[in-house]
Formats: sequence, structure tokens, C-alpha cells
Amino acid sequence: MLVATAVTIIRTRKLMSAVMLMGFYSLLCSCIFMVLDAVDVAFTEAAVGAGVSTIFFLAAIAIVGRTSKPTLPGKTVVPLIACIATGALLFYASFDMPYFGSADAPVHQHVAPRYLEDSPQEVGPPNVVTSVLASYRGYDTFGEVGVVFTAFIGVLLLLGAGTRRSGIERTAPGDTNDESMRQKIVLREVSDLVIAPVLVFALYVQWHGDFGPGGGFQAGVIFASAIFLYALIYGIVPAQKLLPPRKLAYLPGVGLLLYAGVGVYSMLMGGNFLDYDFVAADPHDGQHYGILIIELGVGITVAAVMINIFYSFSERSL
Amino acid sequence: MIEGLFNYWVVIILMMAGLYVVMASRHLVKKIIGLNIFQTAVFILFISLGKVSGGTAPIIADGFAVYSNPLPHVLILTAIVVGVATTALGLAIAVRVYEAYDTVDEEDIAALDAEDQQRDNAVSTVTDTTS
Amino acid sequence: MISTQLPAIVLLLTLLSAPICSMIRNGDHAWKLAMFAVWLSVAAAFALMSQVWGGTTLSYHMGGWPPPWGIEVRVDELSALVLILITLFGALVISALRESLRTVMRSHRHSLYYATFLLCMAALIGITITGDAFNVFVFLEISSLSTYALIARGRDRRALVAAFRYLIMGTIGATFILIAIGFMYMVTGTLNMADLAQRLPEHADNKVIQASFAFFTVGIALKVAVFPLHYWLPNAYTYAPKATTAFLAATATKVALYVMIRFIFDVYGVEFSFSQMRLDMLLIPLSIAGILLGSMTAIFQSDVKRLLAWSSVAQLGYMVLGVALLNTSGLTSAVTHMFNHAMMKAGLFLALAAMIYRVGSSNLRDLAGIGRTMPLTTAAFVILGAGLVGVPLTAGFISKWYLVSAALDKGWLPLAALLIISSLMALAYIAKIVDAAYFQPVPDQHQNVRDVPVSILTPVWVFALLTIYFGIDTRMTAGVAERVAQALLSVAS
Repeated sequence: MLVATAVTIIRTRKLMSAVMLMGFYSLLCSCIFMVLDAVDVAFTEAAVGAGVSTIFFLAAIAIVGRTSKPTLPGKTVVPLIACIATGALLFYASFDMPYFGSADAPVHQHVAPRYLEDSPQEVGPPNVVTSVLASYRGYDTFGEVGVVFTAFIGVLLLLGAGTRRSGIERTAPGDTNDESMRQKIVLREVSDLVIAPVLVFALYVQWHGDFGPGGGFQAGVIFASAIFLYALIYGIVPAQKLLPPRKLAYLPGVGLLLYAGVGVYSMLMGGNFLDYDFVAADPHDGQHYGILIIELGVGITVAAVMINIFYSFSERSL
Repeated sequence: MIEGLFNYWVVIILMMAGLYVVMASRHLVKKIIGLNIFQTAVFILFISLGKVSGGTAPIIADGFAVYSNPLPHVLILTAIVVGVATTALGLAIAVRVYEAYDTVDEEDIAALDAEDQQRDNAVSTVTDTTS
Repeated sequence: MISTQLPAIVLLLTLLSAPICSMIRNGDHAWKLAMFAVWLSVAAAFALMSQVWGGTTLSYHMGGWPPPWGIEVRVDELSALVLILITLFGALVISALRESLRTVMRSHRHSLYYATFLLCMAALIGITITGDAFNVFVFLEISSLSTYALIARGRDRRALVAAFRYLIMGTIGATFILIAIGFMYMVTGTLNMADLAQRLPEHADNKVIQASFAFFTVGIALKVAVFPLHYWLPNAYTYAPKATTAFLAATATKVALYVMIRFIFDVYGVEFSFSQMRLDMLLIPLSIAGILLGSMTAIFQSDVKRLLAWSSVAQLGYMVLGVALLNTSGLTSAVTHMFNHAMMKAGLFLALAAMIYRVGSSNLRDLAGIGRTMPLTTAAFVILGAGLVGVPLTAGFISKWYLVSAALDKGWLPLAALLIISSLMALAYIAKIVDAAYFQPVPDQHQNVRDVPVSILTPVWVFALLTIYFGIDTRMTAGVAERVAQALLSVAS
């Protein structure tokens, strides 16, 4: 099924359908992740692949046009050779790989057992993924927030902040007087019903990450999707009135600094960077508060970055 | 053996498909779609590593003894974020390319670049304050 | 307390000032903050060097978790040297940045530009000090993303295409590295580099590890721009904003080379990389081809920026060759040249940036007679150029000396001769610029050109003087490099 979708993406020249198939492909992937017990990853892939990045693609296609020309005949040889070489190497390697699902594979022997056995005592949350993400490998997650922040700064540097309001207000498709918008009355009614629960759900995911799948990253993406939905239905201008880009542009930095703040605080208290044991008097509480705050930082940065990037793109397409 | 490795083989085919789109496609946005397919295939590879037969999601609860390995999940969460960040930036550059060239087709751009090159060589003094 | 926390501090200084910078609307204030942060991190880098001087290794546990469960940060002499490279040369470029941005960008964009710059620096520092394989990937992506954005800011529209190509190539490279890391993890169950190094030898016959090695080599070769995977580099360097080129030429490829050395020698191990996988058989011909092609192409360029970019392809060839020769002199030359070339190329690009700042072009025709209109800048350029050729008493001589003696140690006379020929080629392309600068008449429209303001001239001259200084005092460059080389090679034997 995945392969079929992928092949169709290669074949199609209509970018619109390629992007839609891409979203479908992501959804399929997230089902696979689900089957493979990676609930957090499935959650994220669904929200990111099928949600946010599809929106980004659509926004970009709205600007650059929808069809692509076929590849020139002579130009397929080199990629084909490179692909086959890569594939052959991978097949070669696959014969020595531990069989899928086998419990005695080396990955399950060395590092992972401590996470599974000791993390409830050492860190706290029953969701081991959260423990590893936020505490054992919190530094990686800090880097990840850095990546998101870098993308934000990069897009801002390239496309502008989406603040050029003047002149756009007249032509904005989302203007309430727009004839086509009146026909979307059903959509608006439905979205009114949907957006509020989605926002609540985002908050739930934010705080519930300790126990079930979820956490700052997923919450941020869901929050951003709610805003996308609002902007798609009502138009970008009301959305920007709701969340002004100028103010929103500060938030990604705030999230990153919040995350780092926890780390620096633990350093000041005598621990190493991001050692939550030192955040509160009792190490167990420390871990708890530390994870809560850094997840909040992640959530703020991710949501704000996604919305900002969306603004930047839509600004260009008007 | 087939059953044990089948999952990996699907992943390999997906990787090849993605890589092919990246390299062969002329359309810049489609290249990024290809990158996405390629990266997602790698994600599936990682997640496959973490699976334990008969295991359950790594959320500690009573009544379950076997859990899948959480570490690949964490790595891939990070990698997904990195992927979407790359996608966003790549699309932003593609949009700027379109604004500058009025096309996002690689061959057309190459043709326009060649013209630029000729102009550079022809004009004795380039007056623009390049970068 | 500060001294034990230094590994975290050196990273945080730049990483945390980036978001703060992006929030400051006033470009000048942002610049002052950036300056403050980078010069402090220079101090931190030197402090780290003094701690590890003589061969000790610092290990810092992020989050307080011991490796391999948590992420470890490791600093030894090699990483301290690379840290100094990144921070010092980055700081010098940033010092010149305010003046050179003034002409090209509106003030409120400056803050974002500095923020991107700081992010890139922070990420490179992160790559250098980390002891965790996956963490390398994370920071590699931060540095790559910021690099793409910086390149795309170039004025010429071709900068955008160059940035896009680099993004595609870079992401493929990074994903290859990710596959390699995944494969290593698959077989060993760990991500910590020291832990991997211990566990990998017993799996040397495993096909997964062999594939992992292949993916890693291709992925990192893309980043280092080893011939024939160099093709993103000339355009990216040519069309990037002028000061950015100076920074990228100094740091990005060098850090990639550092990662290459780290993984090949420390993680996979010399035994595996060279005896079993015969990496040297691949790298030696490729690097020689890179040296020759790069030097040849450089000679025929009429645009000095592009000329220097192609010369980088050749110079990176020297470093890779030094690695592949696999003896102490070779590795010493690779590490020394990594530092020296970063210094000389950053200086050259910065001096060139100063010329573009006044003349508005980097074409040889427009630089005619610049030795008379901008004497101080051009003089610095000539010193740095001499270093690139490898004239005695400059830093370039030291690294080339080690490389030639590495070839002689192996008894490969033709290779030594080839290195001398390629130095003559470098002489040819530098002489071409000197000829234009001093012996051609000044074009009419550039009669009023003067030297650049002190704020740009000072960093340029610091680079030039450092080139001479490290040509004479080699304790920190070749001295460290030699100890590093011995340590890296002795692990195997």
C-alpha cells in the first residue's frame, strides 16, 4: 500500500495530487507506527505529515504553480543508478539484520532496559518515551527545539514576518464581504464547533504527555493546526488579528529560552545542564517540574513557529 | 527469513523511490516531496528496530510485561521535527526561487542561469552591489 | 564551578544569545550582544583548551545521566582546537559584519541575520563537543538549516538556487548519516560514541556495520565536499553574502571534516576503516583528483570569489589526503591544515568582502589596480594568499610541509612531486590576482575607491598576522595536531 502510494507520487505530474497523496502516505505511515507500538511517533507523524507539512506544501504550491514537466529522458540514468546502488547496499546489509520483532536483538539488550525498568523510579512519568525524551536525552530535545527555531529564523529571514498588512486587507480572500465566503457558511459553522475542542485537546495533550502519548511537540502542532483551520475558513487577516504576527514572532524564542532556563537553573543549583534533580529540593519533584516546564517550552516554540511560518507563506500567496 | 526481513525490504524500496524522486524530478517542490518520502522510510526503519513481538507501547502500566524499545521512538520524534523544519525552509527557498525566476523547473532555471553567466561576462563592470 | 560547567557554557553562550538577538529590533544592539557572546565563547574555548592541554579528556554528562543512557559531551585536544577555530574565526567575522551589512540590508533584518549566524556557530560547537552519535545529527541539522538560510540571503538570484541545491544535497547527506547511525544502533544497541567504539570491533564482519560505514562515508563526504561530491560548494560560496562566505569557508566544511576524523578513527576504528574497508584506496585517488581539478578550475576563473571557492575544493583535498595517508605526519598535516586553511580562507574571503564593499564586484576587471586604491586591504590579502600557496614563514607552509613529508614517509615520490606542482598552481591563481591588483591600471569608475573602515580592516589584518604567527609558533596547531594524530593512530595498534 505504501509502495503503491509512493510510486503514484513519482508518476503523477499534478503536484496537487502528489501533495494529497503525500498526506495520505503520512497517514499510512502513522498507522504503521501505531502497529509497531510507537504511539507517540504515530501521533506526531499524523499531526505533522498529514497536517502541518501538507498545509505548508499547499501554501507553497499556491504560489509556485501546480504542474511539473516530465523528466528529460537522458536525465533519469544517473538517479536510477544511484538509487539502485543505494538499494543494493541496503539489501546487502539487510541479510545481517536482526529479524523483525525478535526480543533478543542487540537494541533491546544494552541501553534500553534501564529506561524501561528504572525510569518510573528515576524520572517518574509512566510514559517511558516522555522520560527518555525529556530527561535522559533532554539535550537532544533541546537541540530539536533549536532546529525548529532555526527553521523559523530562516523562513523569517527569507520570506519576511508576514506583517505587511497594508494593501492586503482589500484583496484578502478571507474578507467577510467576499461572496464566496458566504457560501462557506456550513464550513464556518462546523469549524466553530471544531476549533474550540481542538484547542482544548491541544492543552490536554500538552499536560497529559506524562501518562499517555503526547507532549509539548504534539500539542504545539495540534494548536497550530487549529489556527490553520481558523485561517483557512475565515481568512488570514482575522487570524492575524487574533494572534498578531508581530507579537507571535517573540514566542519561539521565549519557548527556547524557557527550556534553556530550566537547564541554566539546574546549573546554578549545582547540577549539570538540564539535570532536573536539582530543580526542586526533592529530586523526584525536580524531575516532574523540569519535564513539565521544558514540555511547555517545546509546545510554545513549536506552535508559534508553525503559525509564524504559515503566516509567512500565506503572506506571499496573496 | 522472508518474514523476518520483509519489513526492511519494504523500507528499502520506499527509500529508493524517495531518493529517485529527489534526484530525477525537475520540479523543486516535488524534490522536497521526494525528500519527505525518503526520510519517512528511514523513520519506519528505526521504528521497526524498536518493535518486540508481543510487546506493547512503552507506557508502564500494570498487566504488561513486554514493552517495545522506547529509544528509537524518541530519536524518530526528533527526526520528524527536523524533517518538517527542513521541509518548511526548503519550501521557503523554493518560493523565493519562483519569485526570482518565475519558474521552479530545474531545467528552465539552468537555462536562465546560463544567461546570467553570459551577461556577467559581457558587461565590463558589474554595477550591482552583489550581496 | 564555572570550570566544570565550561563544556555546557561554551555552547550556551551562542545558542542562547541567538533567540535574544532575534527579539531585539535594533540591529546595532543585536550586534553588540552577539559580539559579547562570541568573544566570551572564544575565552571559554581557550579555557577548555588549557584544561585539556597535554591530552586529558573532559566528559560532561548532560542532564546528570551517565553515558550511555544520557548524552555525554566530550572535549579533548582535537575538539578544543576545533572549538577555537569556530569561535575565534567566527568572532572575527562577526566583528566585521556590522559594517559590511550596513550597505545591503535594512536594519531590522540585521538582528535576524546575527541570530542565524549565532545559531550556526552554536550548532557547530555542539557538533564538535558532543560524544553522542545521534546528537551529532541533531546539531548537524541546526547548522545546515542556518547555513541554507544564510546562503539564500545572497543578492544574486543564483544564491537561491545554490542554497536549494545545497539543501537537497545536505539533507540527503544528513539522512545517510542518520541511516548509518541507525545501523550502528541496530547492531550495538548504543548511541554513545565511546561505547560504540568499544562494541563495534566484535561486529566488524557484520554486513550492517559495513553498510553503515558506507552510508556514513558518502553522507559526510557530501558535507566535507570531497570530490566528486563537491559540486554544491563553488556556487554556494560564490553567491552567498560576502561575509557569510568567509564564515562558512572557515567553519562548516572543517567541522564536517572533524566529524569524519572522529567517526573514522574513534568510532569505527582505524583497523576497520582502513584495513578492512580499505577507505584509503578510495580517498587517496579522490582527494588527488579534487586537488588537481580544484586548482585547475581556480586558475581559469575571472571572478575572485569563485576562484577562492574552487581553491577550497583543492585545499579540502589536501586535508582528506592527509587523513587517508594514515601516518602521523599525514594526520598531523590534515588537522593543522584544517586550522590553518580555515584561518587563511576566512581572511581571504573577508579581505575580498572588503574590496567588494568598495568596488561592488569581485570580478578581476574591477579589482584592477586595487593595490593602489586600497593598499592596506590588498597587502593583507597578499599575505594570506602567500599562506595559501605555502610560502615559508606562513601557516600554510607548516601544513604542506607535514603533508609532503607524509608522502615521503610512505616513499611515494610522485605524490610529493604532485603536491609541489599543485602548490605552483596555487601560486598561479594567487599571482593572477596580485597581477591585477598591482600591475593593472585602475578603471576610471573606481578612481575614488579608498580603504575600508577600521572595523573591517582590523579583523582582516588579525587574520593576516595570525597567518604569520602560526607559521612561526606551531605549538597550538601542529603541536596539538601531532599529539592528536598519535593518539588517534595508537588506538588501533
